[in-house]
Amino acid sequence: MLSTLQPPRSLSLLPLRRFHCSKTIVSAASSSPATTSDAASVSPPQSQILTTRRSLLSGETTASEIAKSYLSRIRLTEPQLKCFLHVSENALKDAEEIDQRIARGEELGPLAGVIIGVKDNICTEGMPSTAASRILEHYRPPFDATAVKKIKELGGIVVGKTNMDEFGMGSTTEASAFQVTANPWDLTRVPGGSSGGSAAAVAARQCMVSLGSDTGGSVRQPASFCGVVGLKPTYGRVSRFGLMAYASSLDVIGCFGSTVADAGMLLHAISGYDRFDSTSSKQDVPEFESQFLSVDRFESKPLKGVKVGVIRETLEEGVDSGVRSATQEAASHLEALGCVLTEVSLPSFSLGLPAYYVIASSESSSNLSRYDGVRYGNQVMADELNKLYECSRGEGFGGEVKMRILMGTYALSAGYYDAYYKRAQQVRTLIRKDFKAALEQNDILISPAAPSAAYKIGEKKNDPLAMYAGDIMTVNVNLAGLPAIVLPCGLVEGGPSGLPVGLQMIGAVFDEEKLLKVGHIFEQTLKGSSFLPPLLPNVA
Amino acid sequence: MSTALLRTIQPNHFTLLGTALLRRTSRSNISVRCSGSQATTTTTHEAKQPSQSRVAPKNHGSNKLDEILRDYEAVIGIETHVQLSTFTKAFCSCPNNYGSEPNTSICPVCMGLPGALPVLNSKVVEFGVRLGLALNCGLSLSSKFDRKQYFYPDLPKGYQISQFDIPIASGGYVDVDIPLEFGGGHKRFGVTRVHMEEDAGKLLHSDTGDYSQVDLNRAGVPLLEIVSEPDMRSGIEAAEYAAEMQRIVRYLGVSNGNMQEGSLRCDVNVSIRPIGQAEFGTKVEIKNLNAFSAMSRAIDFEIKRQALLYNQGQEDQIVTETRLWEEGAQKSVSMRKKEGLADYRYFPEPDLPEVILTQDYVDSIRATLPELPEAKRRRYEAMGLGMQDVLFLANEASVADYFDAVIGEGAEVKLAANWLMSDIAAYLKNEELSINDVKLTPKELAALIAAIKDGTISGKIGKQILFELLAKGGTVQGMIKAKNLVQITDPAEIEKMVLKVIAENPKQLEQYRNGKTKLQGYFAGEVMKMSKGKANPPLLNKILVEKLNAKD
Repeated sequence: MLSTLQPPRSLSLLPLRRFHCSKTIVSAASSSPATTSDAASVSPPQSQILTTRRSLLSGETTASEIAKSYLSRIRLTEPQLKCFLHVSENALKDAEEIDQRIARGEELGPLAGVIIGVKDNICTEGMPSTAASRILEHYRPPFDATAVKKIKELGGIVVGKTNMDEFGMGSTTEASAFQVTANPWDLTRVPGGSSGGSAAAVAARQCMVSLGSDTGGSVRQPASFCGVVGLKPTYGRVSRFGLMAYASSLDVIGCFGSTVADAGMLLHAISGYDRFDSTSSKQDVPEFESQFLSVDRFESKPLKGVKVGVIRETLEEGVDSGVRSATQEAASHLEALGCVLTEVSLPSFSLGLPAYYVIASSESSSNLSRYDGVRYGNQVMADELNKLYECSRGEGFGGEVKMRILMGTYALSAGYYDAYYKRAQQVRTLIRKDFKAALEQNDILISPAAPSAAYKIGEKKNDPLAMYAGDIMTVNVNLAGLPAIVLPCGLVEGGPSGLPVGLQMIGAVFDEEKLLKVGHIFEQTLKGSSFLPPLLPNVA
Repeated sequence: MSTALLRTIQPNHFTLLGTALLRRTSRSNISVRCSGSQATTTTTHEAKQPSQSRVAPKNHGSNKLDEILRDYEAVIGIETHVQLSTFTKAFCSCPNNYGSEPNTSICPVCMGLPGALPVLNSKVVEFGVRLGLALNCGLSLSSKFDRKQYFYPDLPKGYQISQFDIPIASGGYVDVDIPLEFGGGHKRFGVTRVHMEEDAGKLLHSDTGDYSQVDLNRAGVPLLEIVSEPDMRSGIEAAEYAAEMQRIVRYLGVSNGNMQEGSLRCDVNVSIRPIGQAEFGTKVEIKNLNAFSAMSRAIDFEIKRQALLYNQGQEDQIVTETRLWEEGAQKSVSMRKKEGLADYRYFPEPDLPEVILTQDYVDSIRATLPELPEAKRRRYEAMGLGMQDVLFLANEASVADYFDAVIGEGAEVKLAANWLMSDIAAYLKNEELSINDVKLTPKELAALIAAIKDGTISGKIGKQILFELLAKGGTVQGMIKAKNLVQITDPAEIEKMVLKVIAENPKQLEQYRNGKTKLQGYFAGEVMKMSKGKANPPLLNKILVEKLNAKD
């Protein structure tokens, strides 16, 4: 059991400057100007997207300079971190194009010059997109996912494809077919998963923001493990077109940033109805940016009257005491900001995990049928059709994927469908109802993002049930289709300088705006809130 | 022209099997006339039980078969797949065009590339509703799509998007008139359900058999699957059911219904049971039926095959299997035995929302339904036309519309039907045209019929100018004037010609007057020739007889 390490401010003692060697990187990437050892004077984290925009418009720096600094940081840190499966050859060229547009006085998109990592299960035209699976090794899609297309149209630079658990199946990124990503806070620990590469890359400032995908917590849990902001939008808010399906009724593309504002602005960029995804919503996308006021404009009780429900079931047995106290302190902080706290109970909470694994495995067993070696990806030559399938899939998929395909195939089989799939859907309905009732009484609900902080690489690799249990805080949100944000709220003991812990805030359907508002104020007012990972060993 | 096709079917159901038996017998010297049953089993099966086939009675002539068949009732159900003639595919915007170069009408969605998602083409729903209404079905105002899962190289996603437990339409029926030559009668067959789904691609096998290629042009093409109740009892009934489906989809404009191109595909399930037994027997599926006549023959073949097995106490050899009809050999062969039921692991398609229909939408589609074949047949029957005429005229919507237009112009019903069924049908067949291609308007056909009826022109002249009108158009009146074709009805003028002909043929006149009265026809022909076909025939004959018999 970890205990809270007080105060979390100690983190700010690790100046970003010592994280790398190049001066230009500092100016370009400084999300936090924290270079002083005086914890009390740490200013709140600043949006890297807004900083980039300002410095490009003022001519303080160029997009090329920014891109170069990030690329050199990637070069420097990748050998230890292994966040990326592929780094774009075009990033610098893309940046130069933006500089030319600036020179010509052309209008810039809101993401101009923003360095963005994209999870490898999101299609990027002409760039490898493998979902970290051997079965798609070397596969380059002929189209961009809608989210990626929008990012590019708004001037964002896709710097590379981030590592993940194969097809999103896992909670540690150890299930990647290609490499294991390290947690920047402690290289012997996992970054969480499945979007571990995207979370670790933002934490290590290898990119400003990144895209992940969240089927059962794959954005929020790694955000918690890596000390960054992870935003899981409402199901239907962001088009899934181009996201390689794991469990279609649960999958959403989510955002990572080092601030709430960055995650929110990235979400705004990729949101909206898409005629290529029938499950995308026509709901209006509000302009989140106006929520991101600077601290000096806050009122004394900026969250006065906001009703916050603390989910009782998330703070019971099985949750590390450090995580519990960090969550309780976060709750106190919200109270100090004017929120009204109540404890809420979700009776169906504990049913979510098994229901989730039945539904997700069932859908994945179907979604992954297309990887048959016939049209693209890994094909093993065979004399006979069934052999071709058997060998191509047998060699192409990793153990975790095979296990879930088997579970899902079983759950959908005649005679078992009612007992598993149908029952899980009934549980899903119950969970939705419970959340709806709780969110009618409260503006947001809070809980830890995960029962523990990041654990050691290999620790749960041979104990899938223990790993699955770690998803308890997050899966219900996917089953209910709700939006949630995870933001760092404290540190617990562990690693060279403590490990971050995330607070999960859950909102009503399509009410990301409230989550972003509350999250931003929480983040900006958290004392000594610069969640920067410590110096990476061997990187001088 | 499905009815026309059906009419070529031999009504003698047993001829075919008879020849099959003979062929078998002559090949093997042992007496295996029962090999009609043996043909069903695989080679290995035959090898295992050679003695059983000899146990069978030795003499199965047609009469014997007749007797056997009398003890059994066939139960036939049909699954019909109709390819919809939408401009684009069911779930992507690829053009839906038959016959393009392989893999030229494909995109990430219908190729099943990672990350691609289906988006429903609303035309598919519209066509589903149209067909559902036309088949007298109830509609599900809220239905959904499901995934049917199996692996095959022509199935890019590893599942077919289909509808499982909630089809868009269900519980309907179709009315059919059995042609007179097959016994006639009016039959109603139940329609269990109509559901929407997507087609798979096509495998192209190399000549050497070394490899196969996949053409995905057809993958994602929209289909409606129509499942019948097991209401049919003979090959003819089944073929008539299928022919009616073709008529209906063509009338509705939802499909071209072309069997050769695979736009209309029928899989038939056949079982038999002893008369009086309530339970169904083991059903056998027959595929590869490319024409209604083939369907009829394949079913009758299957009924006989099963009846013989029953009769020989070998009903355990009737197994759940899929058999392929071989048109050349006029028999079916086992393609695959089904080990239990295939588990397709259906579950709701999470990429597509429910299909919600409003009553207004359904009503608006109902309002645009054309008059359907059954309604047309009943209307024509009520007009007093015979069943043969009725079936011919209602078979194709274009012909029926043409016919309706002609009688709308006031033409006499029976005459209009005759013209369409004889001369015009023959012309269309020879020229390989459809009724829509001819230049003769319904109005002018009505005028032509009227001109003959009122004696303005003779029937013979009518036929002559018909072909010109069909090919070139124009008006009947114009042509009569231009060619001076008005019938000669003036007795004096006809008399003049009659006298001239008689005067020019003294020899024939003598023979006639000596009792060879058959020669009247010769004189009539000569007069007609002289009048260039314009003489009014009754008048001509009347005057001719008078003059021939007149004593000078």
